[in-house]
Amino acid sequence: MTFPLVPVQASEVARETDHLCIALVCASAIVCLIVFGPMFFFLFKYRNGHPADRSPVNLPQTKIEITWTVLPLLIFMCFYAWGARQYFNIERPPPGAMEIDVVGQQWMWKIQHPEGNREINELHVPAGRIIKLMMTSQDVIHDFYLPAFRTKQDVLPGRYTVQWFKADKIGSYHLFCSEYCGTSHAQMIGRIVVMSPADYQHWLANGEPGPTMVQSGERLFRELGCSGCHMGSTVVRAPPLQGVFGRPVPLNNGDVVMADEGYIRDSILLPAKQIVGGYTNDMPSYSGHLTEEQVMELIAYIKSLGNQSPTGTQ
Amino acid sequence: MNATLPQTETEFTRTRGRVPSYFEEGGRTVGSWLLTTDHKRIGILYLYSILFYFTIAAIAAAIIRLELITPQGDLVSAETYNKLFTIHGTLMVWFFLIPSIPSVLGNFVIPLMIGAKDLAFPRLNLLSWYLFNIGGLIALYAVAIGGVDTGWTFYTPYSSAFTNSHVVTMVAGVFIAGFSSILTGVNFIVTIHKLRAPGLTWFKMPIFLWSNYATSVILVMATPVLAMTLVLLSIERIWGVGVFDPKLGGDPVLFQHLFWFYSHPAVYIMILPGMGVVSELVTCFARKPIFGYHFVAFASVAIALIGFVVWGHHMFTAGTSIYSGLFFSLMSYLVAVPSAIKVFNWTMTLYRGRIFLTTPMLYALGFIGLFTIGGLTGLFVAALAIDVHVTDTYFIVAHFHYIMVGGMVTGFLGGLHYWWPKITGRLYPENLGRLSALIIFIGFNLTFFPQYIMGYLGMVRRYHSYAPEFQIYHVMSSAGASILGVGYILPLIYLIWSLKHGKKAPANPWNATGLEWQTTSPPPKHNFIETPVVTREPYQYSPEVEERMIYG
Repeated sequence: MTFPLVPVQASEVARETDHLCIALVCASAIVCLIVFGPMFFFLFKYRNGHPADRSPVNLPQTKIEITWTVLPLLIFMCFYAWGARQYFNIERPPPGAMEIDVVGQQWMWKIQHPEGNREINELHVPAGRIIKLMMTSQDVIHDFYLPAFRTKQDVLPGRYTVQWFKADKIGSYHLFCSEYCGTSHAQMIGRIVVMSPADYQHWLANGEPGPTMVQSGERLFRELGCSGCHMGSTVVRAPPLQGVFGRPVPLNNGDVVMADEGYIRDSILLPAKQIVGGYTNDMPSYSGHLTEEQVMELIAYIKSLGNQSPTGTQ
Repeated sequence: MNATLPQTETEFTRTRGRVPSYFEEGGRTVGSWLLTTDHKRIGILYLYSILFYFTIAAIAAAIIRLELITPQGDLVSAETYNKLFTIHGTLMVWFFLIPSIPSVLGNFVIPLMIGAKDLAFPRLNLLSWYLFNIGGLIALYAVAIGGVDTGWTFYTPYSSAFTNSHVVTMVAGVFIAGFSSILTGVNFIVTIHKLRAPGLTWFKMPIFLWSNYATSVILVMATPVLAMTLVLLSIERIWGVGVFDPKLGGDPVLFQHLFWFYSHPAVYIMILPGMGVVSELVTCFARKPIFGYHFVAFASVAIALIGFVVWGHHMFTAGTSIYSGLFFSLMSYLVAVPSAIKVFNWTMTLYRGRIFLTTPMLYALGFIGLFTIGGLTGLFVAALAIDVHVTDTYFIVAHFHYIMVGGMVTGFLGGLHYWWPKITGRLYPENLGRLSALIIFIGFNLTFFPQYIMGYLGMVRRYHSYAPEFQIYHVMSSAGASILGVGYILPLIYLIWSLKHGKKAPANPWNATGLEWQTTSPPPKHNFIETPVVTREPYQYSPEVEERMIYG
């Protein structure tokens, strides 16, 4: 049996979170001294049978109370601010991330790399790159927990959640599902393998040769008939998709939404939810016809359209 | 708080003749117990009931701890394991912790403490006990016909659309027990408002009354939200009406909001009464008035109020907005302030006191120690970044067990020993009492402290099997649990033994000031021969005066 005391630190975020934790441990130790020190002293000095001065004294009670109300409050606010700042670091992916898609299902993790490589319960990533995970679940709520990076994020059915990390230490680390998801919850585990960028390229190249996500998405786009309305000049009027990703889209009810992954997902599965301004709802729902992975491939393709032909934007 | 003059039992007997106790008056038949409206008898009925549910839930915990000694899931199947922690959580939370101090000790002591004959609505009180047990038996029926594997939190859409276990039956049990909570809460609020003895103004009330008042407010305001949530869950599960399941157009995170809107205040239902008990014990056994009475009293109210706006801290990684995280983290730090105030005031109460380390006092000191550690680790999980790492790990498990078991159960046992002479008219064996308080403290820390470390290392909760590197901590934890088990069985044995063989208790064995000690032990059916009149502040103890306590 081993006796580990500190978890592996494999990212800058992990080190920063641990600093906060160490500061809290020190503060707690001081509080324990302040509370338990006098407590044991009083218990000893004023125990029954031990002579001591027990005559009542007039202490400045209100001043004392205000002191031990305000002082902890100030200390708490420092930790609050520190924790919140670090939380914003953890929750907001920096720009320039490499995107990998994750689909949770009872009881496995399915992962798709942009290059088309797929893996189950394993995630290979290059060290030193910002990795952004776009995650969804096809059944219940799961949680993608990477203790070595001190990050976790619930993976929800029906929407995308995001988490990011930047591994700086080569190695193999735990991946746990940390939201209870049914019978084999404890088996929904895997590992994350951090490799040098060269090894990662090697690993990608040695994977099963297959289309990239954009290529798979493009094929689906044609096969499902999306291109019939959304591409080229046709009689059916549908909003063009070139360059739509990441831009604000005006809706016919006057709202404006940001065309992110969640918006595109909803537009495919629940087309009636948000109608683009100037259009009518003629699109059938693809809910039930597509797997979560296929939706993600379509999104990858639609995202890629922005780069190809900027002239096609509205 | 003194009545006109403290009277010993002998004075009572000499001046008025022997008064029949509530055991004798009304008879000893089964019917006299099951149809009683006497708050004292109902308190005892609750004591038996919660002991029953506690035992089942504790057996589930014992099997869980046995299973976790080895990393492989080898003792029970994964499915059984999941059902075991669901039984443990559901029964412990709703059928032991929530009713523990309010419904047992509160029921017994509140009317005595305020100088009343009974609670404001004695029949409602009995109904409340029946509802509680109907709910409890339905929950046990759900266990008997196959169990539930959702965890006590019933998260959707797993609970509403995926599991094939008996969720609706279990939820029905909790739903019905909720009404018992609401009725008890209403009863306490009205009693404390309307039935206080002449002279007993709000600021002459013992802190135990303040904390039970705050608890009752939460019971009345939060429990209906739980009831509605469970109804919505059942509607979705039975009829497929989309509320929480995204496939039906619902939102699974909505369930978490509603659930924690009840369940976080419920955590304060599970700790405020314990704080009340500790305030009684520390003053009595330090022979000192409580330091900062108003601050301690209002801290209870502040905890109850702020406790309603912290629920989002259970959901920092659930996919809610990061700005809502900012708000709920701030509120969580704010709610820690009144808790800290209480700890400082209890410690200061010891200064220049005359300290008797009796069993109840040992429990009270244990409470302060464990609650402080639980509260300090609460500052860790309130820090957003740390919570991202430790939520849903054993760190959280350790944190809430320090509060609920280290806090509430320790407070409950302290209170039970303190009022035992009043409840039963018998004294418990003091040395065994002190020994068991010590065993519980050691066993508790050995069980739960290692869980903080393994939680920070990344050990996820509700795992039937785990990575081998965590084993050392699980072995420590299971060893601690067996010590803790001994610590719980010991009082069970000697308290039952004392019912027949314990020395007869005088009216006021602790020379305590509360009104409950101004009547006989055990009290007569209507509590007081004459309605007491209160003229003094609470906790008028004098540490300068040499005293001999019954266990001195």
